[in-house]
Amino acid sequence: MTNASSALLATDQLDIVVAGRTLVAGLQLAVAAGDTLAILGRNGAGKTTLLHTLANLRPPAAGRIELCGHPYADYEPRTAAYLRGLLTQSQNDSFPSSVLETALIGRHPHLGRWAWEGAADERIALAALAAVGLAGLEQRQVSSLSGGERQRLAIATLLTQQPRLYLLDEPLAHLDLGHQIAILELAQCHASEHQAGFVLALHDVNLALRYCRRALLLFGDGRWIAGPSRDVLTAENLSLLYGHPLQAVGSGPSSYFIAA
Amino acid sequence: MPSRRRALLILLLLAAAAVVSVAVSLLTGSVQLAPLEVLRGLGGDAAGLGGEVVRGLRLPRALAGLACGGLLALAGALMQVLLKNPLADPYVLGVSGGASVGALLAMLFGLPLLALHAGAFGGALAAMLLVFGLAHGEGSWTQTRLLLTGVIVAAGCGALVALLLSIAPESQLRGMLFWLMGDLSQVESAWPALLVLALGLACVLPFSRDLGLLARGELSARVLGVPTERLRLLIYALASLLTAVAVNLAGSIGFIGLIVPHLVRLAAGNDLRLLLPAAVLAGGTLLVVADTLARVVVAPQQLPVGVLTALLGVPVFLYLLSRQPQRNAS
Repeated sequence: MTNASSALLATDQLDIVVAGRTLVAGLQLAVAAGDTLAILGRNGAGKTTLLHTLANLRPPAAGRIELCGHPYADYEPRTAAYLRGLLTQSQNDSFPSSVLETALIGRHPHLGRWAWEGAADERIALAALAAVGLAGLEQRQVSSLSGGERQRLAIATLLTQQPRLYLLDEPLAHLDLGHQIAILELAQCHASEHQAGFVLALHDVNLALRYCRRALLLFGDGRWIAGPSRDVLTAENLSLLYGHPLQAVGSGPSSYFIAA
Repeated sequence: MPSRRRALLILLLLAAAAVVSVAVSLLTGSVQLAPLEVLRGLGGDAAGLGGEVVRGLRLPRALAGLACGGLLALAGALMQVLLKNPLADPYVLGVSGGASVGALLAMLFGLPLLALHAGAFGGALAAMLLVFGLAHGEGSWTQTRLLLTGVIVAAGCGALVALLLSIAPESQLRGMLFWLMGDLSQVESAWPALLVLALGLACVLPFSRDLGLLARGELSARVLGVPTERLRLLIYALASLLTAVAVNLAGSIGFIGLIVPHLVRLAAGNDLRLLLPAAVLAGGTLLVVADTLARVVVAPQQLPVGVLTALLGVPVFLYLLSRQPQRNAS
């Protein structure tokens, strides 16, 4: 961990084990401010488990994780929530709630025990909703939203939380092409403007190549490759990763991959 | 947009309604008393019938209704958060079943009132520990496991209650049935229950925003820094305890714990910072009103108050539910 002090997130010899199977072994990873990192891998390769481990929702099998230079043990749960946020794959809505109320829960770590959301919190939530294209739907019930709208609401809630490190588990799920691009552009722009770090589990190789500076490939058997997207995302690596041959089309910055 | 001012306004209105309901309850009964006589009776300087009726009968009963309704509504709201299920009520985890078995056993053997209370409370705690012990066994504490264990324990208690009723002598059957349906007439002092209610509310209010997040989902709550495991333990223990106190006070009064949190949710939204105290006030008021009606509708006969809570609650609930779509659209 040479650059641990400047990194938002750093791992050292991190092992991820699920049900006796080692999915990731000895992961060395650092996410700096302004960085965008894509996690790619097959279903069940450990992308979600890795993100949950990085968010301290489950303990690693071995190894260390540092958030902003300190292990999670140094933080109160609420302080950690101040620094890192996670977009989970599924959201639950047993009870009715409006779009604005849902976005406002992102303010929880910022509010004192007896505090209520104020005008400033509302402004932040409204801006986040506008950023994901949900302006005008603030008073709608969440249950009346479409799948893609709910996904964007979850992203807006994460933006309302305003952490320094954003962990997103399949942020593009349920989104149409236009919104996929919009969300990735939002992440890219947020990373550079607010010096935030983004880690995104993605399934689209070409979008990862275009919008993420770095990539982490998880092979699901302990092996992993990390590095700049241009270097790591090769036809050879990706064919191995997905167990299906991929072909690079074109060359240079505008090249892309298609399944053979 | 949730705001503190709106919450305080709603709570103030509900508190006023609670006070009015208690006042009406003090004024009504088979003995006609003028408001002035009631006031003097409360003050304690009225000798004779007026003071005795007000202090000895009507006030304990009204306060018991207030306490019991509040306890059940709070326990219900907490259970709905704990199980993330809008259909959960205070009795779903078998607490009242255990209490019923304990109380009916005491009645069957003709034990004194104190033993009945001890039996009810002991039964409730036993059921609570049984459910918690079994559901917690494997370290995995999912709400499905908790719910299933509770429902099974409740079903077992139901069978035991049926068994006790079938072997009970004719002379005790009516008292047993009234206890099962809920009855506020046996209460001597409601102050301990009111104290428990106040303490319970004071326990959860500081965590009400965390509880709101927990109700939205365990994972997202943890992401936002809510210590979910500790919080779930707290609300499980607290909701069970509140239920045990309520059942011990007045038998198992159905419906309040299920319907009052929903009434408040439909009328004032799902923000637990408002919902929890509002449910306490609304639950207390509803039970006091229902009990007053139970005393006067077919006087001098008394109806079981549980029947009236349902008869009052169902139409109000259905009305609020049916106007819900309009509120969404606006």
